[in-house]
Amino acid sequence: MSTTTAIRFTLNGEAVACDVPNHWTVVELLQERFGLFGARESCGQGLCGCCTVVVDGKPVTGCLHPAAFLDGATLQTIEAEGPDGGLDAVQAAFVEAGAFQCGYCTPGFILAVRALLAEHPDPTDEQVRHGLAGNLCRCAAYPEIEKAVRLAAARLRAQA
Amino acid sequence: MNDTTRKATPQVGRDLPRTESRAKVTGTAEYIHHLRLPRMLHARIVRSTVAHGRLVAIDTAAARAVPGVHAVYTGKDIRARIPEPYFGPAFHDQPILALDKVRFAGEPVAVVLAADSHVAAEAAALVVPEIEELPAVFDEVEAATAKTFVHDTLKPAGTFPDLKHLAGRRDTNVALDFRLRRGDPDAAFANAAHVFEHAFRTQPVMHVPLEPMVSVAETDGESVTIHSATQSPSFVRLEIARLLGWPENRVRVRTAFLGGGFGAKLYIKLEALAVACALLAKRPVRVALSMEEQFYTITKHASTFRIASAVDADGRVRARRCEVWWNGGAYADIGPRVTQKSGFTAPGPYDIENVAIDSYAVYTNRPPAGALRGFGIPQLVWAYESHTDMIARALGIDPLEMRRRNLLVNGRPQATGTIVWDAAIDTVLERTAARLGWDAPFERGTGPVRRGRGLAIGFKASVTPTTSVAMVTLAGDGSCIVHASTVDMGQGSDTILAQMAAEVLGIDATTVKVLHPDTDATPYDMATLGSRSTYHMGHAVVRAAESVREQLAAIAKAAGLPADTPAATLMKKRFGMQAGNLVGVGDFAAPYAPPDPATGQSPDITPYWMIGGTGAEVEVDTQTGAVKVLRLVNVADLGAPVNPAIVATQLSGAAVMQLGFTLTEDMRFDEAGQLRNASLAEYRIPGLADVPPMENEIVESRETRGPFGAKGVGESATFGVSPAIANAIEDAVGVRIDTLPITAEAVLRALRARDGRPLPEEAP
Repeated sequence: MSTTTAIRFTLNGEAVACDVPNHWTVVELLQERFGLFGARESCGQGLCGCCTVVVDGKPVTGCLHPAAFLDGATLQTIEAEGPDGGLDAVQAAFVEAGAFQCGYCTPGFILAVRALLAEHPDPTDEQVRHGLAGNLCRCAAYPEIEKAVRLAAARLRAQA
Repeated sequence: MNDTTRKATPQVGRDLPRTESRAKVTGTAEYIHHLRLPRMLHARIVRSTVAHGRLVAIDTAAARAVPGVHAVYTGKDIRARIPEPYFGPAFHDQPILALDKVRFAGEPVAVVLAADSHVAAEAAALVVPEIEELPAVFDEVEAATAKTFVHDTLKPAGTFPDLKHLAGRRDTNVALDFRLRRGDPDAAFANAAHVFEHAFRTQPVMHVPLEPMVSVAETDGESVTIHSATQSPSFVRLEIARLLGWPENRVRVRTAFLGGGFGAKLYIKLEALAVACALLAKRPVRVALSMEEQFYTITKHASTFRIASAVDADGRVRARRCEVWWNGGAYADIGPRVTQKSGFTAPGPYDIENVAIDSYAVYTNRPPAGALRGFGIPQLVWAYESHTDMIARALGIDPLEMRRRNLLVNGRPQATGTIVWDAAIDTVLERTAARLGWDAPFERGTGPVRRGRGLAIGFKASVTPTTSVAMVTLAGDGSCIVHASTVDMGQGSDTILAQMAAEVLGIDATTVKVLHPDTDATPYDMATLGSRSTYHMGHAVVRAAESVREQLAAIAKAAGLPADTPAATLMKKRFGMQAGNLVGVGDFAAPYAPPDPATGQSPDITPYWMIGGTGAEVEVDTQTGAVKVLRLVNVADLGAPVNPAIVATQLSGAAVMQLGFTLTEDMRFDEAGQLRNASLAEYRIPGLADVPPMENEIVESRETRGPFGAKGVGESATFGVSPAIANAIEDAVGVRIDTLPITAEAVLRALRARDGRPLPEEAP
């Protein structure tokens, strides 16, 4: 019999509470309890970044992060609403640059790019490579992803 | 979505962003991996730890005793429900779960079902198969003549007429031997000024789709629905219907977006197990693989290619002999097709009068090999373009000039005898060289780090004969749906099929909906593979849309309205209110003449030719052997692009994938046949930091028989990557690497061996 932990956390701006089996990861919690599938299991080892979610402002690998650790945390997923319900600058840049093919890794990349640009509004090539080292795209839309990073960075700087 | 005004704006040839862009950046795009059904059970597969052995017994008692386990099934349970539980597209050789024998380490031998996937996993670890080990055979060349046999008899599927003669053949691991003979190669070799002979090898690799393979089946006993991440829903329907002895209309297969495919999700993979489990358990069953398990499910053929050329004093190749062994693993999958369909291009895109090809699909005790982006072509180009450079260097001819002297041009026969047309082989070669600045001086360096450059070109036929059927329907308001079983796995087919239908109907492509495959609602399509969809499904969609356009024209004419009257108005005229449908149907099958069994000759071997060229500049550290690719040039002839922006990403994506297969990716097995690196921690696919500066070029070209002048594109930029890099390495440091992957260790070993200071062999 698995034991559970009662947790309360903020999910995309909404206060939520639930009992979670102690062996569950954040991805399992999101998929099985909340019907959110934007964070995806792929490699299962925290290497591909498809499961990326943002916990207290930091991107983490949701396939490794224990769900019980979310107690008291603020969790953001790709499903968080953009400004006015539309796309944010990073999402819009991904569409414009064609920065995806199959789209399975895309939510993870978008969250990683947001974190990268929050830290480095005008990142060097090295900072882009480092910031996105935890995300893999088998379709290899990498040139377009780099283009999207530049596009989003320029727009966010112009807004700031 | 309601703007169905008929516009004359060109839809084909425009850079329309993928129609599903919003869903993909908001995380809402549908993948089968995310499907959950009421009362669904999770399946966990128990796998053989032995590469080859007799399956004596399977102890499932401990697993059954785990609380929460619904059932544990073995091959015997499956056979009780499905008497002949063997599947496969070319051979019916693969059991749903092992029966009598196991043939590779990782083969499914039992399955545990539970409502909680963790319970299923825990119980699966308690299943104990008793296996009596047999000698195993792993190398494709050894296996071709070995006395250890993976299968007792060959069981061709009967789908392909050219495999029928193999039925019942015993005591062999050669599933198919394709043979081609043209001219008189023996005489040409006897009289040649020079003879060159080399051998090249490629390693087993895996597709690594990031959405792992998944199939979910539900059944009421009378019919079955299979939700599957598959590239070939129509084939799955046909094969499941055959296994169950049911008509096809009792089997429904549907899919969604695929999180990558690359050939991994072709034909039939997990579907038969999901269906068998659902029938036995009488509940929906989800079979989902982990990343590790994908490595045991399908791979790209390892290969050995012995290539010999008879060459004139002036560098003209007079004859070529090609012997290719394809390591098919334990089950044939589509390997025999790779052996033949790619095998006949083994001499390369060159005009050679005398050719002998022997191409062997070989069973071994490895995980099965099938189609992977290029369908065998990258393995062949690796050999023939390395060989071409080696001949050029030996004769003191510039490698570009060597190719120019031998190039196959339109109007000349390829090795099969089929006359080549609309193949811009020369343009691709020249544009690749021009982008590299081939005629300009090149600085190779003088210190420990040297630079070099290389190029390579390859070509591919399209798999044929195949059929695509499409429907185009209009609703009462004139809005349009395309019904097609083409699977969008990231290549952008939803978008380009919408563009083609919109072009015919004179509407905006963004208003067209393309249905995802559902065999109850979308017509037959052979599969999404081999860069065939734009051409074959494209033709079918165009014909279906033309039928709708003709129906609209007839309504307009009858009503005395102008031909460009909006469809909504015409629908009201026809049905009296906003009601009804117009339905257009189109189908397409390319002409084909099968090759002569003795000579491989055919007047019509392919509907079109796809051409790819790669240019590479590299830096080699002579002290470590490390290779850095400084620049990659991808050039292709894909006819007229339907969507140039999407096409360009197909080129760079294919090139980067092949870059991984060239430099880092390698499935490493121990002596017992156990895979040692089935995880992304130890099997490294390219990340952003691994991508060199790249440029893509679509050469000016038009396929006269293609829809809007288009042909296929998904694989072309894989062809030349590996040999272009090997050729650049030799240009830089003067050593030749003949085996993939090109690791720093391999380069350092070659450098030290050349300098007379060989590194010691690796300790066993």
